[in-house]
Amino acid sequence: MLTKYRRGIILVGLGLAMVAAGCKKKVKITPPPPAPTVTQPVEAPTAKAAVLEFSVEPTTIERGQSALLRWSVSNANNISLDNGIGVVPANGTRKVIPSETTTYTLRASGPGGEAMATTTVTVTAPAPPPPPANATPTGTMEQRLQTEVGDAYFDYDKGDIRDDARAVLAKDADALKSIFAAFPSATVVVEGHCDDRGSAEYNLGLADRRATAAKDFLAQLGVPADKLKTVSYGKERPQCTEASEDCYQKNRRAHFAPAQ
Amino acid sequence: MNKIFYGFLVVLTAAGVWSVQGQDARIGVVVSGEKPAIAIVDFRGTGGAQPLMSSFNGTLFEDVQGSGLLRVVSKSMYPLQNPQRPEDFKPSSGQGMAMLDWARPPVSTNYLAFGYTAEQGGQLILYGYLYNVSQNNLQSAQVIGKRYFGTLDDDGARKVAHEFAADIIAQFGGGSLVGSRIFFVSDRTGAREIWSMDYDGSNQKQMTFYKSLAIMPAISPDGARLAFTNFAKGTPRITLISTETGRSLPFYNQEASLNTTPSFSPDGKQLYYASSASGYAQIYVANVDGSGLRRISNSHAIEVEPKVNPKTGNDLVFVSGRSGPQQIYRMNSEGADVERLTNGEGEASNPAWHPDGQHILFAWTRGYATGAFNVFTMDVATRQFNQLTSGAGRNENPSWAPDGRHLVFMSTRSGSPQIWTMLADGTQVAKLTTKGSNRFPVWGK
Repeated sequence: MLTKYRRGIILVGLGLAMVAAGCKKKVKITPPPPAPTVTQPVEAPTAKAAVLEFSVEPTTIERGQSALLRWSVSNANNISLDNGIGVVPANGTRKVIPSETTTYTLRASGPGGEAMATTTVTVTAPAPPPPPANATPTGTMEQRLQTEVGDAYFDYDKGDIRDDARAVLAKDADALKSIFAAFPSATVVVEGHCDDRGSAEYNLGLADRRATAAKDFLAQLGVPADKLKTVSYGKERPQCTEASEDCYQKNRRAHFAPAQ
Repeated sequence: MNKIFYGFLVVLTAAGVWSVQGQDARIGVVVSGEKPAIAIVDFRGTGGAQPLMSSFNGTLFEDVQGSGLLRVVSKSMYPLQNPQRPEDFKPSSGQGMAMLDWARPPVSTNYLAFGYTAEQGGQLILYGYLYNVSQNNLQSAQVIGKRYFGTLDDDGARKVAHEFAADIIAQFGGGSLVGSRIFFVSDRTGAREIWSMDYDGSNQKQMTFYKSLAIMPAISPDGARLAFTNFAKGTPRITLISTETGRSLPFYNQEASLNTTPSFSPDGKQLYYASSASGYAQIYVANVDGSGLRRISNSHAIEVEPKVNPKTGNDLVFVSGRSGPQQIYRMNSEGADVERLTNGEGEASNPAWHPDGQHILFAWTRGYATGAFNVFTMDVATRQFNQLTSGAGRNENPSWAPDGRHLVFMSTRSGSPQIWTMLADGTQVAKLTTKGSNRFPVWGK
């Protein structure tokens, strides 16, 4: 333990002597004291400048991104980077934003000579910017609901989602997600409707099934269920009143409206 | 009540026989009836009462005629004169001042209603008499001799006419409809609101002002409370109001997208309704404030319109899609002993109990196109049914009058949904509403 401690002191002393020697050029050099414990010969004071490290992270960037140069130089008193950076300290980092692939050169010179190192940042072209979205959604939430979210239609006395309604609701799901992104506080009412033929009372129950089925389907496709409320209007709010199958079909629907 | 109802079934049967013979079924109903005949003179009034007599005479005639208990002899048969007071009677006249003039052909009536009105102290006073003109002497002939008071206007004239008519009808076993009210839904203000009217269509009054959708009313057995389906808070929920004040009464709606088709228990302490709380609309019962709710039905089908038997209080009819298209079912109040009452044909809806607890009215498309409902009755025990309307428009939401002889229903036979009344034998059809479209009638006390 004691021996180790003594050896440490000696090494520190030696280091200090070396630094002193390096800083005081031309001054008469005091020879190092005999150090019987040191077996390695001490390096000459006029050691050649050395680049210990010169790197860049990351080595590849997209145009517009930055990279970090990192260097460490010894035995040099004049250190510089090219590409307009200029003089730098012996140890340091520098953020660079090259617009194209660039090789940086680090030059270091000292009393013992010069050193040089290079490192390259590869700049790749970024992905092309996205084109404007097709039919950029604009307008009020009401307008968007009306134009982008279609009705799902049902068979007589049925609350099951038909194949054609599946396709419509899949599109509706995308549109609703976009609308909720644009109007985060919005809530949408899924209205259930029936044609005029069944009894008004039973149709309240049937339209409730239709609204719930449409909501559940949309929720499965990732539309937040807490933003969809259901209301059964039975046959009390028909959108057409003729006694024809065309009209009956128009009324057997799940319809989307802004919540009040 | 029961007897009277069967009486009508007999009458209907008789009508069928007459039809076979190539005669009008309606004539059969009239001729085959054992109804006593009554002559009702045109009453006259003095002073300020005189201008009100048109309202009075019309109301009196329609009430007595509408009871279905008496045959009112056509006025064209009447003699030129008539008594206004008992002291006007003469032993013989030939001009109408003797009882015999009325008992003999061509009038051939059993009873004579007469009297007069006058203005007295700013009030309207009616002296109303009913005489059995087949009696030999005036003393034994008098059935009614009574004074009635009302305000000196058309309302007062109708009031005293209703009261006199009620006394006449009561002599022939008829519960009176006077004072009974029909509740219904009208869109005449633009929104669907609950309205009320007298049993004859007069006095139509708006009861709710939600400017939304208030539909499918039910009336409590005592007539004091209305329950209905109300969209005022966005989703269909049940609202109770006082028929007296119009104020809403507390009712707890369970968490559900749909709470609807309420109806009262016979004691008025419970409310049956349909709720989608568990998915499909199912039948529930709760205290009249909505507390203590309990699910009754348990099926994977839409079930609405629970109606509890007014006599037993523990079996109910309801509408279910559990076997396909909507049909009428019955079950006990525990949800057990479920049986289908209609045979699966067409679509059936709107069951309504007769006060006797043995028969229901309902709407059925049996024999007609989808959506073409007609009013039927059914003996719940035997499932024998009778069709009361025949294809003239849609005929739905039948409801018995408290007298168990009249019914009110919605019909589109005149081109738009309106409220109609008739006797259970299909006669005395009357249209009570004209403004806007009018639906969902229920007849209260």
